[in-house]
Amino acid sequence: MRRLRSLILAGLVAVAAAAPAVASEEMEYPKNEWSHGAVTRGFSNIFGTFDRKALQRGFQVYKEVCSACHSMNLLSYRNLSALGYNEAEITAIAAGYDMTDGPNDEGEMFTRKGVPADHFKAPFPNEKAAAAANGGKAPPDLSLIVKARKGGEDYIVALMTGFETAPAGFTVPSGGNYNKAFPGHVIAMPPPLSDGGVTFADGTKATVEQQAKDVATFLAWAAEPNLEARHQMGLKVMIFLIVLAGILYAAKRAVWADQH
Amino acid sequence: MADTTQTAGHGPGSGSHSGGDPSRRDFIYLAAAATGVVGAAVTVWPFIDSLNPAADTLALASTDVDLAPVQVGQSITVTWRGKPVFIRHRTPEEIKSATDVNVSELRDPQKDADRAKKPEWLVVVGICTHLGCIPLGQKNSDPRGEYGGWFCPCHGSVYDTSGRIRKGPAPRNLEVPGYAFKTDTSIRIG
Amino acid sequence: MAHGPATSSFKNPVVNWLDQRLPIFTMIQKEYGVFPTPRNFNYFWNFGAIAMIMLVTMIVSGIVLAMHYTPNTNLAFNSVERIMRDVNFGWLIRYIHMNGASFFFIAVYIHIFRGLYYGSYKKPRELLWMVGVVIFLLMMATAFMGYVLPWGQMSFWGATVITNLFSALPLVGQDIVTLLWGGFSVDNPTLNRFFALHYLLPFVIAAVVFLHVAALHVTGSNNPLGVEPKGPQDTLPFHPYYTVKDSFGTVVYLAIFAAFVFYAPNFFGEPDNYIQANPMVTPPHIVPEWYFLPYYAILRSITFDISIPFTGLKLIEAKLGGVIAMFGSIAILFILPWLDTSPVRSARFRPIFKKGILAFLVAFFLLMYVGAQTADAAWHLGGLEIPLVYVGQLATLVYFGFFLSLPFVGLIEKPLPLPASIAKPVLGGGASAAGATAKPMEKA
Repeated sequence: MRRLRSLILAGLVAVAAAAPAVASEEMEYPKNEWSHGAVTRGFSNIFGTFDRKALQRGFQVYKEVCSACHSMNLLSYRNLSALGYNEAEITAIAAGYDMTDGPNDEGEMFTRKGVPADHFKAPFPNEKAAAAANGGKAPPDLSLIVKARKGGEDYIVALMTGFETAPAGFTVPSGGNYNKAFPGHVIAMPPPLSDGGVTFADGTKATVEQQAKDVATFLAWAAEPNLEARHQMGLKVMIFLIVLAGILYAAKRAVWADQH
Repeated sequence: MADTTQTAGHGPGSGSHSGGDPSRRDFIYLAAAATGVVGAAVTVWPFIDSLNPAADTLALASTDVDLAPVQVGQSITVTWRGKPVFIRHRTPEEIKSATDVNVSELRDPQKDADRAKKPEWLVVVGICTHLGCIPLGQKNSDPRGEYGGWFCPCHGSVYDTSGRIRKGPAPRNLEVPGYAFKTDTSIRIG
Repeated sequence: MAHGPATSSFKNPVVNWLDQRLPIFTMIQKEYGVFPTPRNFNYFWNFGAIAMIMLVTMIVSGIVLAMHYTPNTNLAFNSVERIMRDVNFGWLIRYIHMNGASFFFIAVYIHIFRGLYYGSYKKPRELLWMVGVVIFLLMMATAFMGYVLPWGQMSFWGATVITNLFSALPLVGQDIVTLLWGGFSVDNPTLNRFFALHYLLPFVIAAVVFLHVAALHVTGSNNPLGVEPKGPQDTLPFHPYYTVKDSFGTVVYLAIFAAFVFYAPNFFGEPDNYIQANPMVTPPHIVPEWYFLPYYAILRSITFDISIPFTGLKLIEAKLGGVIAMFGSIAILFILPWLDTSPVRSARFRPIFKKGILAFLVAFFLLMYVGAQTADAAWHLGGLEIPLVYVGQLATLVYFGFFLSLPFVGLIEKPLPLPASIAKPVLGGGASAAGATAKPMEKA
């Protein structure tokens, strides 16, 4: 048994020792502190909950800035209750959008006010229209963006704060922007955030950094809305399983007592 | 895991145990089995509950209906939770025939006033209480049965202008869904 | 079997009545109650039971998921996200299923490795071992098709790459691929049939697992010494000794599993699979799920055509060679019982075999690592650049070398002295008691 264990360990160590030497082309992003624990980093904060204020500010950034180009098709206005909005506020937010519905009894499409059950209104009617309006490539849907990118929330922050002038000798093609965090460094999106670009209701100073962190928190929630329920249930399940394992170990000892 | 409970009963090994005090040992087996059973039972719940209506289904559980375009004597059918709801703008005669009934003679005694929040509007779920067919009577050309309400073609149940069962096999009146008047001419069902 | 009711003697009259007509209780009693089991199992013997629990977990969570899933290219991705967002506890059930696949494979890999290390594939357990390899193959097929269902980018491109392997077959390759797809690319018909098969195969696995267990109960279990039990002093009744030990091991394993489900549910996943499949855009780096990485690395290691020396006559193209090597790496497990000529089972008593299996294990993990890297990746040791392709090729060589050298190892190896019986070293007496000569496999 011990020999076998050391054998397996030796195998793992051999591979692990070799691993760091590989040439890595993947980008590393500075790690931020997240009260929810990063969605894409395992075991980062097992008690983590979302910062409600940051979520609301982040939603404001999405609503006032990002949503001009980026859809969030998987979310509905009713989901916003998780951000701390009450039913009246959600109804008001939804009613701020005109939704195309139908066909009615005459076979015509018609426009009505949004309701909480509606999905977030997309800026473009379809992907082709989005691509046509944005130089040939549709801006990605943001519903799952935090889980769909290596680096998750930290990538979003790095990207939002990564716009700068290209280093000497680096030619940025027309229609592109230099961003140090984007793979390949040329991104079609112009810098979306600016200091004071939004005005937060809670008085938080709207620096680019602040907006980036808030919108990343919001997008993390959008990608993983059940994170809090998961953390809470996980704690109970882990405690239960550890207790059960303890009892079974005692039972095992009792059964085997006369055999050792 | 549950078989640990049987330990005390049979199994050739169990009788000859010398380790520890027997009552303490039995307690451990019992604790293990009980904890395991509780864990298994609790684990079942998420799987069962996942079959209940999901959040998006519940979000669509109420329907708003604009009554303004419905003329006197006309009926409309709207969809609510995937079921047809009959809304009839009743004529004075229909209201009269619905209220002039000796309630105690009915199979499912119910006063018309308990079934219609405003006498001119009758809102009922359009599903026959017998076996779930959709009764006829929404169009003026439909057969409505001898009580002027609805007639179910499946097994001949006849409903009156208040949606109450009058003849045929159905046991109960057409169900009145929960609804409320938001304005004089619009209702929210559900 | 005799006619008329069996003679059952259970205390409970209902159990008795049932058992006289259908002796399931007698069977349970025989196979899981008093079943004589070697007394010296270590915790590696838990993984059969653990794998079985994982299979049940996968089937139960899978059936519930199927009730909410829509196998249509336009709807599949969103239906999975609806499970994650709107279905009650849907996120839990899906994460159980997602991580359950990984933990099923972890358990099965440990189970297989245990069989390798302790020589459980040897006579008389050859068929038991082969049935196990069939289960492993079925699991791989099921897992591959299951990964396609969420219809993310990795689902789509994984399916495209793996189905395209069959195009390497001479003459009929392309026709077979078209047949697999039901079209001219991975598309709606492909998704539909993968869903149907992904639902079916787990039940086939369950049936083959039944055969696996039935075969096990014919020969009885192997054990860490690889010496057959000689009498009652060498065995213990399965219940309660191993029911309680398996329960304990299973719960510990489930706790580790739960830690991933609740605190790192995407640890084994790929970010690209949270992007809906797009047949027009290939992700920069296609990787299969971790449990396929070693075979994927073997596939990519064959970068050269195999030709007859000096004639330039091409026998096997690199593409076909890779496919053959990949399937060969599993197929070789089927003939393992006849490759290994040594009469001794457990690696404990086989010095050369033990070194070989260590090399094999290192090669396996190396292949897993190489499979996860891009095709042009390289190690930089000082000024030296070692392309990982070479590392993969070397590891592939070790992988096959381990198996193919077994006939010779059996001839030249001098085994350590075997204990006379299981009970001897356990209940005192020492390993050397029965004399120094290796007595192979006894009456087995």
